[in-house]
Amino acid sequence: MTLDREPVDLTTEVAGMTLTSPVLTAAGCGGTGRELEDYLALDIVGAFTTRTITLDPTPGAPTPRLVETPSGMLTETGGQNPGMQGFLATELPWLAQRRVRTVVSIAGTTLGEYAELARRVASSPGVSALEVNLVSTNRDAYERRFCDDGYQIGRVLSAVAGEVPRGVSVLAKLAPGSGLVELARSAARNGADGVVLVHGFPGVRFDPDTWRPSLGGVTGTVGGPAVLTQALRCVWDVHRAMPDLPLVGVGGVRSGFDVVQMLLAGASAVQVGTTLLSDPGAVRRITEELAHELAAHDVKRPADLVGAGHPDLERDTT
Amino acid sequence: MTAAANATGLSTPGQVLGVKRVGAFHVLSLLAPGLAERFRPGTFIALDVGGPMSERLARRTFPIHRVRSTGAHGGTVEVVLQVPDIGADPGLLWLATAPAGTQLDVLGPLGRPFALPKEPVTCVLVGEEAGSAPLFPLAERLRERDCPVHMLLGGRSDHQLFGALEARRATRGVTVTTEDGSVGIAGTVADGMPDLLSRTGAEVVYAAGRHTTLHAVAAIAEQHGAWSQTLLDVEMPCGTGLCQACVVPVVGEDGVTRMVRACFDGPVFRGDRVRWTDLGAVPEDAR
Repeated sequence: MTLDREPVDLTTEVAGMTLTSPVLTAAGCGGTGRELEDYLALDIVGAFTTRTITLDPTPGAPTPRLVETPSGMLTETGGQNPGMQGFLATELPWLAQRRVRTVVSIAGTTLGEYAELARRVASSPGVSALEVNLVSTNRDAYERRFCDDGYQIGRVLSAVAGEVPRGVSVLAKLAPGSGLVELARSAARNGADGVVLVHGFPGVRFDPDTWRPSLGGVTGTVGGPAVLTQALRCVWDVHRAMPDLPLVGVGGVRSGFDVVQMLLAGASAVQVGTTLLSDPGAVRRITEELAHELAAHDVKRPADLVGAGHPDLERDTT
Repeated sequence: MTAAANATGLSTPGQVLGVKRVGAFHVLSLLAPGLAERFRPGTFIALDVGGPMSERLARRTFPIHRVRSTGAHGGTVEVVLQVPDIGADPGLLWLATAPAGTQLDVLGPLGRPFALPKEPVTCVLVGEEAGSAPLFPLAERLRERDCPVHMLLGGRSDHQLFGALEARRATRGVTVTTEDGSVGIAGTVADGMPDLLSRTGAEVVYAAGRHTTLHAVAAIAEQHGAWSQTLLDVEMPCGTGLCQACVVPVVGEDGVTRMVRACFDGPVFRGDRVRWTDLGAVPEDAR
């Protein structure tokens, strides 16, 4: 490898945002941002995604909330968060003060809650985008209703998009499953500027001593390298159906090459989640690895790779 | 100020120096330059296990037993592993059998340390099995402040007592309890407490061990009008406050119960603030 290559410019456009890097943090894995700062200069992160904020404070699920699985983690935190007021009063101002580009994840249990969250959060200083979490962790009828029903997802996105001022992007985060392409289509048609693929994979595990479910919340979702190939497939499928829809890939990313794979499959940017729990400074390493990978393959910018892994799709190469 | 200026660099490339077997315990010595200077008793380290790109993603956390800032190797840190835990977790087994020179990432010192008294008051340090490990550097700091220190160490049997000999060198008085009565008072450390507190007139109790023991210790301390500082042994998969898995219900100054992270807001809590009987659950009134 020679040293006289042009430096790679990691600037990335996704869903109306211009980011300094395609490597973001994922919802629920970066704490409030403050915790990461002991391991990472936050200005290296393309955008920081908050944990999911609900209207009211949520104390979360009983413990254990996390168990290690082969190359993964099965978790159910029950969506613990300080509620919208607490978030706007303490956590968001801290991020805004540091000029950290911030994506706020929101979840409601009714259309009205989604709309109110969108109205209050999107108009607050320092918010670049809302990530609409369509997998509410509340264990009631709404859970299934919002996560796998294209009609309902469309209604939620319409309700949110109607409250968001210009300059703030709307992302829809979807759960894996059959019909994902149609859910993404519904989100895009109803106001989502981009789609985040995908939420953790549903999972359950039993305790070797008690033979009862390991998690206090009984069932949970799996993240980590164990789900990378499945997440890539989700991005792959949706990109093939809608090549122009901006996608953010999330699921098991822990190396620069994993980012490359997400871009090849069709994502414009990626989020790093579970990897932060084992390596809180991982975004720096992943970003450096990405720059090396791109330089070694003479790729000038990440956008040149988006969707390039589909040899049969026609690409606009301008 | 940029974020970079605030970064304190709690991540250190470390190396295994050796593992020493002591009774039912393994004392793991690590090279971790720069960690000793930031150490305060009660803080912990979080280690990755299995090497780079390991399939085991959770950190293993340990209260710090000892640090040295200088020496032949530079800064070192020691932690204590317990045999039954090692048998139950291949990640701990990897650590306990790691050859000298094994590279690993050391995060720390993490968490809130034991609060130290401003006045030279008498202190009782209560440790159960490996829980005794973090109490030795604490005893040192307390003695520097002219606090008379008594130690109360317990285990299921004499094999499971950690540091009883060292305690005799380090403190004014040592009381030992074993549940099988093989040495010292027969019973748990809690059984040794009332007499010790009455005898010494201790004003502060520091404790580390099982939750049921800490609950009893905190209650007895309160009955004797002493403050208690308890170091909770909770599974901490990340150690950094990110995963929110190690939450415990703790009553704040305002009387409100919150689910707080043992790794970030602890692992040391005032014994009278922890809702011991609700550990593992989310109380109805918690926020």
